[in-house]
Amino acid sequence: MVFDILAYGFMQRALVSGIAIALMCSVVGLFLVLRRYSLFGDAIAHASFGGIAAGLFLGIYPIWVAFAVSILSALGLTKIREKFQISGDATVAILLSSGLAMGVILISLSGGFTVNIFTFLFGSILLVSLENTIMILGLAGIILVTILLLYRQLVYTTFNEEQAKVSGIPVEKLNYLLVVIAGITVVSSIQLVGILLISSLIVIPNVSAVLFGRGFKQTAILSMIFAVFSTVAGILTSYSFNIAPGGMIVLLSIAIFAVSLAIKSTGLLKNKTIVISKST
Amino acid sequence: MYMKLAEIQNLTVDYEGVLALDNLTFSVESKDFLGIIGPNGAGKTTLFSCMLGLMHNYKGEIKFFGANIRKSKQYLYQIGYVPQKPIFEKNFPATISEVVGLGLTKNQKHDQIDKVLQTVWLHELGHRRIGDLSVGQQQRVFIAKALVNDPQILILDEPVTGIDLQSKELFYQILRDLNQKENITIIWSSHDLDAVAKLATKVACLNRKLFFHGISEEFFHDEDLLKMYSESSMQMHMHHHEE
Repeated sequence: MVFDILAYGFMQRALVSGIAIALMCSVVGLFLVLRRYSLFGDAIAHASFGGIAAGLFLGIYPIWVAFAVSILSALGLTKIREKFQISGDATVAILLSSGLAMGVILISLSGGFTVNIFTFLFGSILLVSLENTIMILGLAGIILVTILLLYRQLVYTTFNEEQAKVSGIPVEKLNYLLVVIAGITVVSSIQLVGILLISSLIVIPNVSAVLFGRGFKQTAILSMIFAVFSTVAGILTSYSFNIAPGGMIVLLSIAIFAVSLAIKSTGLLKNKTIVISKST
Repeated sequence: MYMKLAEIQNLTVDYEGVLALDNLTFSVESKDFLGIIGPNGAGKTTLFSCMLGLMHNYKGEIKFFGANIRKSKQYLYQIGYVPQKPIFEKNFPATISEVVGLGLTKNQKHDQIDKVLQTVWLHELGHRRIGDLSVGQQQRVFIAKALVNDPQILILDEPVTGIDLQSKELFYQILRDLNQKENITIIWSSHDLDAVAKLATKVACLNRKLFFHGISEEFFHDEDLLKMYSESSMQMHMHHHEE
């Protein structure tokens, strides 16, 4: 039955885009989660709502406007946060509410849009076009290669900013780059789970992976496996049972997190620790 | 021949009218083991922040290897830094080897990690998660990270705060070996006068101003200075115990 489903072009596009988005979200998300910036993805997504509404209002392709609005507002707020020493959670709240407010005003000015806005709010991965699939693959490639090239500097800055500075790493520039990368990741991912659920894809696989991963690389790989599994299984299951793929993907991520917690609370990991301590 | 590796000239830091550092001038020569002592708020961390390029709003001049640090940050590749406390997210998923490897520059080979872990006697624990270690072991990991690029100078900011006595002795032994066997110049701020007496070849007494800078024996034979800094050190210890 799975093979029958895979024969459909829309399903192939959904799975390819979904896997690319899952890889992007899990890798970028690991840096955000470890910097205690878990809700930053959510804030960018909400800012993109304003961009999408503006795009629909102006008759421009909404995703392009969302890219511009999300990235520029996130960069602007990061600058303001540094200059005026506003806390990270307050920045998230400002970004989140300003995007929503802009979107709501534009919707009311236009007299309400068609069903379009709901596809952005809750995702529509099964409707993804070939052009969008290519765009998502291209962006995912660029982002993953960038992270691979700057891997050590990004991990170092995430681990301890002050020490990274002392080692001659351009911490401020890297922080801005991460904001841009997070913006691109979130807006590209809107089609998979929608604006309202995007932060779950960024946060949950990473929180589960951190429970098990001993090292950074191991944790990143585990997170990618969790994200890809819940995305593929979520898309396939949702099609079979005719339910919303976005919600299914998030629920599967949460199921993995729950199982991870259960495994962690059993003796399995304790045994592992004993073996390690013997070798010391 | 001893060479001046660091030169601090007329260094003044003014926090909105309050002088954190007042016209400091001293130099550090190669192979020095300089112990910087002073009570809390004496300006030790401010001094290090200026030297490490973390703070720029100072007056005066700081030179490393003969060059003004305002002009280039290249000198940082020749310096290893160990902070007061290893601050990181407790659940940060990184192995000890990964943390040490963060300090590697492009030209360094990966087997350097094993070498520096051996120097701090942690080579068997490279695969363990950093958060699972004791504070003393974590500080040794941070020494290893500071050493991974073969630096000429090691700067340590009160590195034994919160470490048990046994770990302290091991820590001091490692520092002594680095200075005497590896010829690494050490700049080290400490509250522990006994340790400074045992390890440091030179002493700088700081309390916003520089009250003394010279060879260790001179300081420990100057009863007035010794009394003053013993008392300030005692006050600090009492303060710590109260905390």
